[in-house]
Amino acid sequence: MYETQYHRAGSVSEAAALIGKAEDGKFLGGGQTLLPTMKQRLAAPSDLVDLTKIPDLKGIKVEGDAVVIGAATTHSEVATSDVVREKLPGLATLASGIGDPAVRHMGTIGGSISNNDPAADYPAGLVGLNATVKTSKRSIAAENFFVGMFETALEDDEIVVSVSFPVPQKSGYSKYPNPASRYAMAGVFVSQQADGSVRVAVTGAGSDGVFRVAEMESALGSNWAPDAVAGIHVNDGDMLSDIHGSSEYRANLVTVMAKRAIAAS
Amino acid sequence: MAVEGIGARALRKEDKRFITGKGRYTDDVVLPGMGFAAFVRSPHAHAKVRGIDSSAALLMPGVDAVLSGDQLVGDGIGNLICGWMIHSKDGSPMKMGGWRALEPETVRFVGQAVAVVVADTQAQARDAADAVVVDYEELPAVADPLAALDEGAPQLHPEAEGNLIYDWEIGDEAATNAAFENAAHVTRMQIQNNRLVPNPMEPRAAVASYNDGDEHYTLYTTSQNPHVARLVLSAFYNVAPEHKLRVIAPDVGGGFGSKIFIYPEEMVCLWASKRVGRPVKWVSDRTEAFLTDAHGRDHRSEAELALDADNKILGLRVKTVANIGAYMSLFSSSVPTYLYATLLSGQYDIPAIHANVKTVYTNTAPVDAYRGAGRPEATFLLERVIETAAREVGMSPADFRRKNFIKSFPHQTPVIMCYDAGDYDATLDAALKAADYDGFAARKAEAASRGKLRGIGMSCYIEACGIAPSAAVGSLGAGVGLWESAEVRVNPVGTVEVLTGSHSHGQGHETTFAQLISERFGLDTDAISIVHGDTDKVQFGMGTYGSRSGAVGMSAIVKALDKVETKAKKIAAHLMEASEADIQIEGGELKVAGTDKKLSFTEVALAAYTAHNLPEGMEPGLKEGAFYDPTNFTFPAGTYICEVEIDPETGRTEIVNFVAADDFGKVINPMIVEGQVHGGLAQGIGQALLENAAYDENGQLLTASYMDYTMPRADDVPSFNLSTHETVCPGNPLGMKGCGEAGAIGSPPAVINAITDAIGSNDLSMPASAEKVWALCKSSMRQAAE
Repeated sequence: MYETQYHRAGSVSEAAALIGKAEDGKFLGGGQTLLPTMKQRLAAPSDLVDLTKIPDLKGIKVEGDAVVIGAATTHSEVATSDVVREKLPGLATLASGIGDPAVRHMGTIGGSISNNDPAADYPAGLVGLNATVKTSKRSIAAENFFVGMFETALEDDEIVVSVSFPVPQKSGYSKYPNPASRYAMAGVFVSQQADGSVRVAVTGAGSDGVFRVAEMESALGSNWAPDAVAGIHVNDGDMLSDIHGSSEYRANLVTVMAKRAIAAS
Repeated sequence: MAVEGIGARALRKEDKRFITGKGRYTDDVVLPGMGFAAFVRSPHAHAKVRGIDSSAALLMPGVDAVLSGDQLVGDGIGNLICGWMIHSKDGSPMKMGGWRALEPETVRFVGQAVAVVVADTQAQARDAADAVVVDYEELPAVADPLAALDEGAPQLHPEAEGNLIYDWEIGDEAATNAAFENAAHVTRMQIQNNRLVPNPMEPRAAVASYNDGDEHYTLYTTSQNPHVARLVLSAFYNVAPEHKLRVIAPDVGGGFGSKIFIYPEEMVCLWASKRVGRPVKWVSDRTEAFLTDAHGRDHRSEAELALDADNKILGLRVKTVANIGAYMSLFSSSVPTYLYATLLSGQYDIPAIHANVKTVYTNTAPVDAYRGAGRPEATFLLERVIETAAREVGMSPADFRRKNFIKSFPHQTPVIMCYDAGDYDATLDAALKAADYDGFAARKAEAASRGKLRGIGMSCYIEACGIAPSAAVGSLGAGVGLWESAEVRVNPVGTVEVLTGSHSHGQGHETTFAQLISERFGLDTDAISIVHGDTDKVQFGMGTYGSRSGAVGMSAIVKALDKVETKAKKIAAHLMEASEADIQIEGGELKVAGTDKKLSFTEVALAAYTAHNLPEGMEPGLKEGAFYDPTNFTFPAGTYICEVEIDPETGRTEIVNFVAADDFGKVINPMIVEGQVHGGLAQGIGQALLENAAYDENGQLLTASYMDYTMPRADDVPSFNLSTHETVCPGNPLGMKGCGEAGAIGSPPAVINAITDAIGSNDLSMPASAEKVWALCKSSMRQAAE
């Protein structure tokens, strides 16, 4: 690891000010990607501004018809929250399967979505639940937040404050983990929203990050059952391909995981 | 603790310090004034080194020196060598290319070191290593062993034309060809054995220091065999004279073979410590471990099995190409030859065998012994062919094996080995029963009702341990003898220290060796210490690998104990005025048979050291040493049965049951043996399902971290169903065979045989990734539909 300056921010405004002063600063939202990258000397931020101790970013609460999760909430806290388990069971499942126990006790939802790893779980959860990301500057619909691989709509000094999830009628998540990293080879989040509309969001498989499958959404709109999507295949050409799985295999996993997510919902 | 002898499930004496974090590993060693080394490594698989510019690095904070290959060669440091001479079938010696610890001219694999920086801190050393500018001229590279043999392939070493190191054979070719001419059925297969990275929990490390006052060197290092390291470093590499070099291998966190060898880094630290005038520490990071630890396996083979009309095996013909990597590591040449093809007879009575092995250079990390070393490759090949032949002729795989088993011992195979003892029916029967083999059809049907594919597969492995009779391995080309030594020191107060040339790096020697003494003298195991891993303490030793510490290392201890016992009895007889023949040792006491006269072990020990009243002419003291050279290999064997359930939608394989019925000969500590089998099975299942060191066509390692290299984890393996079935090994005093590698040797074919049984397609290479299995399920289903 190269030398770096660590700052613990007490508030969102202090964090923004600290990053503004840094030569090449990075926000630290749990560090489960950034710190290993730094240890391998593949990243060398001059300053780290730790967001996880900011009181405003902590906690899970119900606001109207939505569950709002603070950005510094760990995966473990999401997975074990009674509120999330009752109202967003698919998201509780998703959070309980991120990485390993050590990762789940350090990694945060804000950190994960700001990194937007194309194989991370949360992007599917946010898009699949039609969530809204509240930042230090504005509110962004999940679909507009995730721009591409490791790319989000966030500006350099913009900080995720919370994520608001409208409570659905049904939700479910199923992933096929990469055998080595245990990231998603294909993770599919399905939900039936309060208004009856359906969302199917896929992570891990797409060559451009999280994506929705309109054909599946439409099929599930009339028949909420695994069989409804069994014959629907995403385009191989839009899928990632690497030593762990070809694009053809990943496309197959999208269909299989979609069926299992619905069965679990 | 208590008196815990042979057969006791004694808890491990060493675990208190390991579990409480009090182990002392090489990286825990801190010497005054110590600097840190960081290596400058090639990013290219094959390139000329046109120049190394260290001027910027030398100006950086804390930097002592930047050393490169020219200085190393200039100081007379020798090339790294392979210590086992193999001759090609035309009689010519193997073609070994030069390997310098820091390469001044041509790098041949990604990660090869070209320079080293020594600085005050590890971070400074790494920063400076990044600042060393190496001017490379890239050359074409080849990573695939078959491609390396092609005409026009990039050439690695001028010494090895066509990248061919040797073209070796074993067995009777004419007799084997004749067997095939007379065959009623021939099974033919292409078999690949995938390349693996050993991944011990503790990466390699070295702390080297040079004292110019007495011109003496000390090297703390992660070694399975510190005396061999000292011998090679002094006799061949000319780093330090043997009597002026102390090698200490303290607690070592796993080796699996990868810490047998002498690597460039440890040797460079020793050399650099004198050059810079301060102790030098280097600790490999995980990426360096992936890139530079000796890899394992990597064979491409063709196998043919000839059967007569009664399904008896007539002959086996094998052609193998073995990838040895860019350089010949210390014992690399022996792995695909004498440790591999001599086991091709398996548990079977095969009248004729011929194997041809071509070993080739490629632009990849060196390949050497890894848990099993040659025997997993032989077992995988043979047990895949046997299973396939049984299926082709329509026999039950168990019956086919049983029909061809060797039934009487000793049995001379056509490939050197003479099996001394075994009962292959016994382990097969035990495994079939434990696996409820007869109930499989019902389980398969039940799984099918849930949309899952069940399969069952077996493997009847044999291996050769206890390496090895020195004269025998010498005649086969080994540069060393493979005996072992021990010294038993009884202290004046009756406690015992055993100095052994074996080295424990996870095997639990401090416990099992103590059990041996506890058994012999009736002493509490707390009164016994096992001393190992320090060339200044232990007389000499060949180290631990090849499951040899029990059969060879403990046999040396037994010989020393015999001498101690004889002398103790003489003293006791003298003191109690009895006949030596009447002295019995029991429960920590020396007794005169048939009387109530007795002396405690402590009293006899004290008498030996006070020397006030010893038999006429006896030397004081109670300390004896012994060397033990085995008379034969030992032959652990067994049957493994794997049952899998496959999800045809994803191709995921779940191992629902794994049965191991092993014959390890005499077992000292069943708990430790089970632990060894558990670990071996996890690595074998890892090879079968998950692990693969993949290089791209340019020689870049694609799996250089745990993000891409799939280590087996707890949820990848089932709870194992183990049993042992003892036939005593006649070749050593304890009747032991060895258990350290069997799990890794026997399990891969059982897993693949189970999967291919489940999916009805035989064309499956390791690792059986979910995608491969899914694709085969799909094509099987397509064929079934047509």
